[in-house]
Amino acid sequence: MSAAVAIGVDVGSTTCKVVAIGNDGRILARVVEPIDPRIDPQVERLVEAVRGAGAEVPIGATGYGRKRVKGARAVTEITCHARGAFACTGRAGVLIDMGGQDTKVIRLGAAGEVLDFAMNDKCAAGTGRFLEVILGRLRVSFADVAGLVARAARPVAVSSTCTVFAESEVISLVAAGEPCEGIVRGLHHALALRVAALARGTASFDGEVFMSGGVALNPAMVSALQEALGRPVCVVPEPQLVGALGAALAVVRRSPPASRDAPSRPHSPSPDAACRTAVSDPE
Amino acid sequence: MTVHYMQGRYADGAVPVAWVTSGFPVEILRPLGFHAVYPENHAALCGVQRLVPALSEAAEAEGYSRDLCSYARTDLGSVITGRTPAGRLPRPDLLACCTNICQTVLYWYRALAERFQVPLVVVDTPYVYGAAKPHHLTYVKAQLEELVRVAERISHRRADPEALVEVTRKAKAGADLWGECLAQGRHRPAPWTAIDGFFHMAPIVSLRGSDACNAYYRLLRDELADRVRRGIGGVRDERHRLLWDNLPIWFATRELSTLFAERGFNFVCTSYTNAWAEAGSGIDPADPLGSAATVYTHVLLNQDLPNRLAVLRRLARDYGVDGAVLHSDRSCKPYSIGQVDLRARLAAELGIRVLLLEADHSDPRAYASEPGENRLAAFMEGFA
Repeated sequence: MSAAVAIGVDVGSTTCKVVAIGNDGRILARVVEPIDPRIDPQVERLVEAVRGAGAEVPIGATGYGRKRVKGARAVTEITCHARGAFACTGRAGVLIDMGGQDTKVIRLGAAGEVLDFAMNDKCAAGTGRFLEVILGRLRVSFADVAGLVARAARPVAVSSTCTVFAESEVISLVAAGEPCEGIVRGLHHALALRVAALARGTASFDGEVFMSGGVALNPAMVSALQEALGRPVCVVPEPQLVGALGAALAVVRRSPPASRDAPSRPHSPSPDAACRTAVSDPE
Repeated sequence: MTVHYMQGRYADGAVPVAWVTSGFPVEILRPLGFHAVYPENHAALCGVQRLVPALSEAAEAEGYSRDLCSYARTDLGSVITGRTPAGRLPRPDLLACCTNICQTVLYWYRALAERFQVPLVVVDTPYVYGAAKPHHLTYVKAQLEELVRVAERISHRRADPEALVEVTRKAKAGADLWGECLAQGRHRPAPWTAIDGFFHMAPIVSLRGSDACNAYYRLLRDELADRVRRGIGGVRDERHRLLWDNLPIWFATRELSTLFAERGFNFVCTSYTNAWAEAGSGIDPADPLGSAATVYTHVLLNQDLPNRLAVLRRLARDYGVDGAVLHSDRSCKPYSIGQVDLRARLAAELGIRVLLLEADHSDPRAYASEPGENRLAAFMEGFA
């Protein structure tokens, strides 16, 4: 194994992701944990875990807790997701990053530069947290989501775009005897429409569509998004780590050449493709 | 401005008092001895001092919606509670609003008229598509003539045409001086920031037509010109120049100016501060009422989107900006509508980076500072 040249830390609203990258820009070590309210010791421990016995290397930090990472250069998620995704795909297009607390739509230029971006504002309705809250209410585990959505005969309309009100709406739907799988599919549909509207709101919505962020690990969401956008959505390898990868790349003195194929990716459900499209389509 | 607010404390009973909107032709009232109170300026003062949530809540408790403009809620809340950072606001003898900035003022001032039981004059300005038609201007001028009669009755004075000419002359000179101050921002580095401009605009809004206003801007212009000569910038090491559209975020001016200045970004122009230079300079002392009808009908917010785009495009070019932040102001719908299209057009036509920032001009409850600053930081990283 080559020596790490940089470490990237993504302190998100739901999880903390830390990666170490080699000279070729590939991820050498990775770790993902649910975020701890005591950020400092958690980050310190995870950084030590990926660094191993290696020497001191520069650290890039991103995510809402980026300013809490000692000795790191703080870079916003927009820049990091753009760099991380471009390092994996090497192509211009539109990147949709769906994380725990916010959803970002980033338009990437041919050299991976950020041309434009849009984010959800002050509201977590189009984010992973929305799904997490409602699935928690329905007692549906993350692992069961895709199967459940595939089994749904039809999506049940969930009209509210507010996480809190949608939760009460879902309770009413359950009480009215609506099937759980239909409600879950309806939730995905509602969420996808919201994200699609955000994507179309960017200055120019054209080219390939890529997806990163923890929510991209949910194939049902990828399918729903494809349906809402009416075009294929390619999931960047190890989508949850894209921000941390970009943070590491941001602090490497000279960026390594774009790597179209990431190394082993235990977090990616489809380890054989550099960029996969949705694997299930409930239609 | 301090003197103005101090005078205001003791104005009622001594001189006639009018509460007016920012886009009202105040030149007509000044020769009749009116002390003009600007509830919008006062609300901005409350915004900077972060008093808006408390005052708004008082208005909301009386049934005013939180979706209403935060200036209106602040003003109504201040009237309800009597709380003001100015010590005391004089009771109005006349309420005067002009619909050239929004329709909210109509309902806001009606509520004030009911509360104070004083006459309300509404100057209704038809919305301008392209340029105003002659009959629009005849209609507005007729209302200004009616305003003179009402103001005479309330002030117990006869309008003096010569005095009106004199005030109009001063108002025009003031707007021109303000324009000269703003134009200093075209220099590199710009000698001040648009955020400074937001504070220095108070006299052109509230003291327009007075000697004090013009003296202030002569001093400011000379100081700015001196800074230009000495190469002193509004921010240290100006690297990028930006345009700001819409009202400021009063309660976050320090945070935002620091965030930008630390990275060498300077707001060198704004459509908001520019509006007072542009409109006011069209006032003609030879025809006070006729020119006021034209000028006040053609204020920025009373004109269609192509005009707004033309103004932004011109500012961007004149001031040599390489980016723009369009503040989508929850409280100011007329200013914020169309910004999605404006953003796309500015980015495509001028090749500059443009960000839409959702906030509110004075209610911090409608602004999420962490996501907001995150967005601004990402916007600035894009310039590297």
